[in-house]
Amino acid sequence: MKKFYAFVQKEFYHIFRDTRTMMILFALPVALVIIFGYALNNDYKNIPIGVLNQSKDQTSEKLINRIIGSGYFVVEKSLEKPQDIPSAFKLGKIKLVLYFPAHFQKELYHSKKAQVQLIADASDINTAINTTSYLSGIINEFNAENAREINGGIQISTRMIFNQRLLSVYLFIPGVIALILLIISALLTSVTLAREKEMGTLELLSISPISPYMIIIGKVIPYLILSLLNSFVIILLGIFIFGLPMTGSISLLIMACFVYTVASLSLGILISTRVETQQAAMFASLVTLMMPTMLLSGFIFPIESLPLPLQVISNIIPATHFIVLIKSIMIKGAGITVIWKPFIILIGMTSLFLFVSIQSLKRNN
Amino acid sequence: MEKYAIQIESLTKRYDEVLALDQVSLHVEEGELFGLIGPDGAGKTTLIKILVTIIGADDGKASILEMDTRQAKKSIREIVGYMPGRFSLYPDLSVEENLSFFARAFDTTITENYSLIESIYDQLKPFKDRKAGALSGGMKQKLALCCALIHRPKILLLDEPTTGVDAVSRKEFWQMLREIKSQGITILVSTPYMDEANLCDRIAFLQGGKILSIDSPKNITDQFPWQLFAIKSQQKYALIEWLRAWEKVSYCYAFGEYLHVAFEDNTIQAKALNNYLGTGSISASEITVISPTIEDTFIYLMEHGTRC
Repeated sequence: MKKFYAFVQKEFYHIFRDTRTMMILFALPVALVIIFGYALNNDYKNIPIGVLNQSKDQTSEKLINRIIGSGYFVVEKSLEKPQDIPSAFKLGKIKLVLYFPAHFQKELYHSKKAQVQLIADASDINTAINTTSYLSGIINEFNAENAREINGGIQISTRMIFNQRLLSVYLFIPGVIALILLIISALLTSVTLAREKEMGTLELLSISPISPYMIIIGKVIPYLILSLLNSFVIILLGIFIFGLPMTGSISLLIMACFVYTVASLSLGILISTRVETQQAAMFASLVTLMMPTMLLSGFIFPIESLPLPLQVISNIIPATHFIVLIKSIMIKGAGITVIWKPFIILIGMTSLFLFVSIQSLKRNN
Repeated sequence: MEKYAIQIESLTKRYDEVLALDQVSLHVEEGELFGLIGPDGAGKTTLIKILVTIIGADDGKASILEMDTRQAKKSIREIVGYMPGRFSLYPDLSVEENLSFFARAFDTTITENYSLIESIYDQLKPFKDRKAGALSGGMKQKLALCCALIHRPKILLLDEPTTGVDAVSRKEFWQMLREIKSQGITILVSTPYMDEANLCDRIAFLQGGKILSIDSPKNITDQFPWQLFAIKSQQKYALIEWLRAWEKVSYCYAFGEYLHVAFEDNTIQAKALNNYLGTGSISASEITVISPTIEDTFIYLMEHGTRC
């Protein structure tokens, strides 16, 4: 145990004495949260939209008022006929057109359902998806409130169906946590192990009484602690700077972070058993872990907007499930009964990665 | 049978196409300072790595204090100290932190075995808070030696400890090895420097994965069969060419400003040699009979095969 303590202490020395590692650990998370936070937040207030109301009845007016009342949208333009829509978009002033067909209210009361169409400017895919999602959220709320009175539903038809609720603006905080934990756990551990290989110190350690498992666990523990610490910093930044709600259970949140961190650490170990140099370790983690996590986990591009093959890949990325978990816990306040499915998937993935990396280690010895 | 510190029998190791060790057999007695001499690529590092159980041999047997390197890895690791050829400590840890880490990694403390490293560590003490990466080459080697000794090994294996170290530090380093030996520790040290061979109790010549000869430095040089002349001349290159053209010359190599020459015909003396040089209008400023060096013997053995 004394050996182990000595090893962990040495590992902390490495971390605290390397400026680059310290930057990644402490400056990068803050920078990412702030950059993503402001970049996303600034765009989503007072979004200019156009309204094409061919029904001009009480219900449609009520809904429009409700949408304006949310503060997220401003009616920039009133359109007269569907043919005007393309030219309205070409002017570039509006992001979305809300279209009520004729007899909207009549259909709603008689056939118990009515169509409302959301036409979004798809050239700006992110904004398009987010605005339609906000609007859908508002319309769905409107439906729920008026369920007794209308006794039917307004059906939303949109080109990009995005099922998130209004709160998808907070998507970036879970995404940043997923990314930071991956960088710290997978990238830094694989690099630090590769460094011991490069320097020849691993050879010395391998003939010391420190067992290979102790070496790995000793390497991983400081990063595990720092990762968890970091995710708290990010969450606190999210809550206090960007008003992220924290409605769910904190222990569940810690558990999710822990499981995901262990998954990332096992991936880091797996990489380090396959490479000989720090550069190779860095390259491998960037290409095989960071890029997919950035692009395919729903962090930057919504999964629903990806082509089918990429959606499949997205499902085998741990971050995808981790982001779902964090969002459900923090924003929706979901308990374990609701989120057991992504939790089980994440635990399953983690066990698999852990098993494979241990096998890989055994082969290396 | 006597108990050897290290015993190796027909050890063979192959890396893809290259035969790194070819049927190597040798033994090292307890308390001995044994030198493994040979040029780069001779197989010295491979041999040491097999002994410290970092790599496995393809064929043959190697044991340390009668423990097999294949079966008793764990017990061997406890009693050997290993200093790799490349500086392999943590450059971002200070001198003291490195030593303390390796002490604790081997379940001991600096104070417990301080007596063993005291004379070496005393020289490092003024720099104990300096990062290991910022030390000079000689200092790095001293620190690495301390780290290899901190768990008081019975056998110390050093892979080219003096390569890339200045002449003064090299001398100091060998002085330290003799001190360590006097504490009863068996030492196996590899080096490409022939002049260091004289400082060992016994040496093994290694060349291309094969052992050319194993003996004490004195007995090794006795294997050189001819009388050896050292010749000095202003016209060095002409001298070499002229002598090599003489069919009676069996050995002719330059050592610094001298040329070492020997003849299979032992009746040839300095006078005859001088006469021959005269016919090529070369004047030698000095012709003396010398006793062969380790390097002369090594070159001789390399050209004429083993005698052991």
